[in-house]
Amino acid sequence: MTDLRATAATPRASVSLALCGSGGAGVMTAGNMLLDAAAKAGWYGLMVRSSGPQIRGGEAAALLRFGTDAIDCLDDRFDALVVIDWQNIHRFADEIPLDGASLIVADPDQGEPPEAYLACGARHAKLPMKQLAKAFPGSWPNMVALGLAAGLIGVPAETVRQVVTRSLKKAGDALAASLAAIEAGIEAAREIGAGLELAAPPARTASRWLVSGNEAAGFGAIRGGVRFVAAYPITPATELLEWLAPALPKVGGVLVQAEDELASINMAIGASYGGVPSLTATAGPGLSLMTEALGLSVAAEVPIVVVDVMRGGPSTGIPAKSEQSDLSIALWGLHGDAPRIVVAPNSVADCLATTQWAVHLAERLQAPAIVLSDQFLGQARAVADRPADVAFIGERLKATASGDGYQRYAITESGVSPMAIPGTPGLAYTADGLEHNELGIPSSGAADHRAQLAKRERKLVAHDYGTQWADIEGEGELAVLTFGSCTGPVREALARAKADGVDVRLVSMRLLAPARPKLLAAALDGVGRVLVVEQNHGGQFFRYLRAEFDLPGEVASYRHPGPLPIRPDEIHKRVLEWSRP
Amino acid sequence: MTTATAESAATLAPQAYKSEYKPIWCPGCGDYSVLSAFTKAFAALGLKPEELVVVSGIGCSSRIPAYLTSYGFHGVHGRALAAATGLKLARPDLTVVVAGGDGDGYSIGGNHFLHACRRNVDLTYVVMDNHVYGMTKGQPSPTTEPDWVSKLSPAGTGVRVFHPLVIALAAGANFIARAFSGDPNGLAAILAEAIRAPGFSFVEVLSPCVTYRPEQREWKREVRPAPVGSTDDPARAARRILTDDGFNIGVLYRGNRRPYQPPIGKSTAGVADLEKGFER
Repeated sequence: MTDLRATAATPRASVSLALCGSGGAGVMTAGNMLLDAAAKAGWYGLMVRSSGPQIRGGEAAALLRFGTDAIDCLDDRFDALVVIDWQNIHRFADEIPLDGASLIVADPDQGEPPEAYLACGARHAKLPMKQLAKAFPGSWPNMVALGLAAGLIGVPAETVRQVVTRSLKKAGDALAASLAAIEAGIEAAREIGAGLELAAPPARTASRWLVSGNEAAGFGAIRGGVRFVAAYPITPATELLEWLAPALPKVGGVLVQAEDELASINMAIGASYGGVPSLTATAGPGLSLMTEALGLSVAAEVPIVVVDVMRGGPSTGIPAKSEQSDLSIALWGLHGDAPRIVVAPNSVADCLATTQWAVHLAERLQAPAIVLSDQFLGQARAVADRPADVAFIGERLKATASGDGYQRYAITESGVSPMAIPGTPGLAYTADGLEHNELGIPSSGAADHRAQLAKRERKLVAHDYGTQWADIEGEGELAVLTFGSCTGPVREALARAKADGVDVRLVSMRLLAPARPKLLAAALDGVGRVLVVEQNHGGQFFRYLRAEFDLPGEVASYRHPGPLPIRPDEIHKRVLEWSRP
Repeated sequence: MTTATAESAATLAPQAYKSEYKPIWCPGCGDYSVLSAFTKAFAALGLKPEELVVVSGIGCSSRIPAYLTSYGFHGVHGRALAAATGLKLARPDLTVVVAGGDGDGYSIGGNHFLHACRRNVDLTYVVMDNHVYGMTKGQPSPTTEPDWVSKLSPAGTGVRVFHPLVIALAAGANFIARAFSGDPNGLAAILAEAIRAPGFSFVEVLSPCVTYRPEQREWKREVRPAPVGSTDDPARAARRILTDDGFNIGVLYRGNRRPYQPPIGKSTAGVADLEKGFER
């Protein structure tokens, strides 16, 4: 990975820009169009949505980053802040760091920039967006802002026009007005002359996608074979379910809205018992409600996939902001000895392959698989190379032979027992969450309990998870160990450290449970110091690693909770500081 | 009964639906008769055991799946209707019967009861109501009288009883009946009708708990056939259900709502087509 930091006055490898305004001002629409236009023109990009707590009408920010190389995280700072109006925009001050080299473009008729922004010494340019839009009846200030932003980073005007023409679904005067407003914005950018133009886009080596992690996870589920989804809406997982709702019927599947998360997980388990690979998606509060039924999936050995799009917790927490704080409940949150699979995608695009893998693992191992995504991965939209196809398909070991004495929970070497699907003659059995013998008949006997506990553990730990279990990059005696959405900023930080002459190994664990200490030990071979990076307050990943794995040498933790993302610069600094003997 | 089912009824005797496992129930429990009525109804309908799934939650009556030779699913407390809904939507070819008790269905599972009624998936829900939690040894349930004294409610609950039939009607159940375990043949006939009826069928079965509610042995003297047949008019059904004394037996309401069953297994496009929306 190349160093994406900006270098002054030359075309840039990466530019970060925030579009802000009150809800209804259309900053998300403008941001999406800009991302779409940049994608069409050949750049990579990322857009993170941030908004206030109001359902509609609160402040909103589209946090955008564009570049000549794949982008997996936001940068440390923003090159430009474009503000349609200032209503409560000061609330984003922490999320939109500016400095003396930044540019603020704001509408002077909408008030002065708050002190929080001016204090950093950023250049302030004025553009009366509302007034300009009024000159073209039927257009809106966000179209002026779109033209301005496109002009600042150098997206060709013609590409912007094409994207707007396609997405506005307007024609005649209304479309012409919007295009004129965009043109006025582009003209203003030229006058401001900020020097923020992106370097020429790279040649396309693969087809490009514009996709959110939630959409990618939904597609991964379908590719893995999921054909039944039970849905209960919850921020920030809802879009995953909304993407699946029209998609599933196209491939012969069905989505049903449940009355609560207790119902959604049990519906999915019921459908899976019927032989149809099944999934539900939720966030922390929903996962908490689902834990009892996840235990049923463990005990009755009914495969199920739960995508947990993590948000700030505990309790209702911070619903629309990212945090990696559901790790502990995913790893430990069931009563009894309940082995389960926990996997974590580590980029927006990886939500596809990792969810597809989760379906494969759940079906193969007849166990629950939790996919730990998060609000950043789920709701961010990324322009990325089309992810490579992976072959993971949900294939369940099914019982077919008819005969007396079918043992649904037979003790096998692998721990996996052939499962009879209703409709198969001669193999009828009762799936049970009560402890049972090999036939499935309830048993409270010590021998049955031990044998079933051991089999359910064995099938997970005996499985060969291949190379998919982690991304391991670089060499060195130092290693950063992380998972999920922290991988993007860590990877970028380590590229910077390498440019400084410090080699650090990256291990991003995709398989979090079952713990595979030997795999990690091999990945850390030769490492003397380990830094564990995660986005939560309590160090849940650090504590898990200390409990279940043998880590070499010195082990340190770097962490902070949401809503602020882990940024490359803080990891870069920490790594340099910590690399000194 | 139609000719077709009468012919196929010859294929299996009721006994063929009874598994070899001995129930955990107390001697004299009403649920033995419900089990027997299930086997009679299944035989009368000529259902193949492999195409029938009995789904339950937790409680004495929820043990019933293992006592049958059909497929069974014994899930967690209160969630039988949710599991059965997922199963039926994913596998509309199966006949799905849900069984359980008053605590499982009306208390911890109350929300699912409401939504199963309004969703109207083609399921048959049989509640063996004995007005008590038996498995935990005698605590009041939603259908327990407010002055019934127990260790957990030394002064009675003081809380009015839940009225499952009228709630099922208000929530949209398509078929509503009350039956009595002491009349296994009558119960079997009602169960067969309920299974045959499209949409969500609800059968409230008075099934005495002779251990914790021995006074329920008197139910056999109190039950009587409902004085009139079923109606498809919800207002009339509501009036009848609200004004009877809880012992009228028979089919009380038969609606004509279309069951909820989105198509499944009929694909119209390939998986690869779905990624077209992502391409730029």
